Amino acid sequence: MKYMLIMRSNDAAVEAYEQLDFNEVIAAMGAYNESLIKAGVLLAGEGLTDAKEGFVVDFDQTPPVVTDGPYGETKELFNGFWIIQAQSPEEAAEWAKRCPLGPGSKLEVRRVTELEDFPQDNEWIQKEAGWREEAEGRLGTAGA
Amino acid sequence: MSETDASGSAGSAHADADRARHSGGGTSGPADADRARREIAAVWRIESARIVATLARFTGDVGQAEDLAQEALVEALGQWPDEGVPRNPGAWLTAVAKRRAIDGWRRRERLDERYAAMARDLEQQGGEASDTFWDPDTIDDDVLRLVFVSCHPVLSREAQIALTLRIVGGLSSEEIARAFLVPTATIQQRIVRAKKTLAAANVPFAVPEPNEYPERLASVLHVLYLIFNEGYLPASGEEWLRPDVSAEALRLARIVAGLMPREPEAQSLVALMEFTAARFPARTARDGSAIPLDKQDRSRWDRAQIARGRAALDRADRIGRGRAAYGLQAAIAGCHAVAPSADETDWAQVVVLYEALGRIAPSPVVELNRAAAIAMATGPASALRVVDELVAGGRLAGYPPLPAVRGELLARLGRTGEARGELETAARLTGNAREREALLARIAELGGPPAVE
Repeated sequence: MKYMLIMRSNDAAVEAYEQLDFNEVIAAMGAYNESLIKAGVLLAGEGLTDAKEGFVVDFDQTPPVVTDGPYGETKELFNGFWIIQAQSPEEAAEWAKRCPLGPGSKLEVRRVTELEDFPQDNEWIQKEAGWREEAEGRLGTAGA
Repeated sequence: MSETDASGSAGSAHADADRARHSGGGTSGPADADRARREIAAVWRIESARIVATLARFTGDVGQAEDLAQEALVEALGQWPDEGVPRNPGAWLTAVAKRRAIDGWRRRERLDERYAAMARDLEQQGGEASDTFWDPDTIDDDVLRLVFVSCHPVLSREAQIALTLRIVGGLSSEEIARAFLVPTATIQQRIVRAKKTLAAANVPFAVPEPNEYPERLASVLHVLYLIFNEGYLPASGEEWLRPDVSAEALRLARIVAGLMPREPEAQSLVALMEFTAARFPARTARDGSAIPLDKQDRSRWDRAQIARGRAALDRADRIGRGRAAYGLQAAIAGCHAVAPSADETDWAQVVVLYEALGRIAPSPVVELNRAAAIAMATGPASALRVVDELVAGGRLAGYPPLPAVRGELLARLGRTGEARGELETAARLTGNAREREALLARIAELGGPPAVE
């Protein structure tokens, strides 16, 4: 199973983070990432730039409204993520707990959907499978 | 030596008894206890290889080290549900195991240097309090030794697989049994026997000497690949994929590749597994049968996994020692992985890669694959010459893909009568119902009544 560890921090945590020695922060995060790599569980991960560079596309209205960051009333900002391979939610939690973050930061842990999560008896999924089989039939046994 | 085997969801009678005794007086209910046990299993999965490796450095005996670690695990199952998981659980487990070892030696009055060294180490570490518990300079080397010992040639292939999953992967016997569709008792016996074999043969806790290194490395990688294939290829007549087993093999392969960053074949094996696993979502039809590569819906391939495969293959290539068997197979899989369709595959490149693979690992199956690639790259006539040589060699007699490929090539050359004969032979030989249907459909397409039902 795959889990996404979503890092969220409030303003105070971001400020506190900025007070820390940048090299120490990089070293701590680097060591954490290395431990995930060495355990063979890191599948993906990215950090995000300052929310000031970001913007929000809001679907409350049609057409959607674009609002520049850092989005005013938002309490916590999404700052980065990891996707790890874990056998259980407990294993994902164990990895999350080891992340070098401080007060004001959270890791939200979510399981990534896999094929089996979609209902295979769904009408549209069956239809799609049918189209596929027809298309394959037309192609014949091309190639060895 | 008894096997405690407490890491699985079921645990052993011993572990269950322990847990019941310790959690009985507390306020925690059965749900909490169950949760704690799952947390411990998670910690075990993450830490066990390093714990066993650290212990084996002192005892010199991997089997004994694993027994000690299992005893510590049983103790954790007794304490942690009430007291919570310690801040550094790996250190806690290692310290407990060391104390057990020291106690055991004391009782037997075998005060040797190994025991003294372990006691000194335990003192220096200050028990489980230390934050920087794993010495980064030694722990990776120790885990690497563990990998090589688990795949030692005194062990049968089955024992190597079981021990690798158990000791390097931190799986319980129950989990291994589920992966290999055999009874748990079989795996338990296999592991107990493997530990005895290692002890009896006095297998040192060491990486192999240079003269035997290539062979031993090949054995390690082969064990990992067999585990991967167990989840991927139909075993004992079963058709379904068991992606969890392959994912486990991939995790282990990534660990091993991380331990030997200068070995191109270890990186290449990761690449091969990533590329292959990326196709799993498109590999199985609704009725459970396998869909061949050229008919798969490529939009279902896992692009992120393909990217990881390419990164692993790049790492292998950057080492600069060329490509060996896994490297070439990974490169072939990579050609397919990046191609938008079967027709748009770089078949010329695939042909070259199969030629290279055939030189270092000659096999008639590789030759047949090369012929199929030649047909796509340059046309059926030159491919047929390769296939005819294979037929003359006789080593693939009774192998259904041989007449299937030959029949298809003949059909494209307009030799319809001969093509039908070959395709009928293939349909008769194949055990796969879907494949048989496809062959019969192709025969019908060529015209004339089918000769087989």
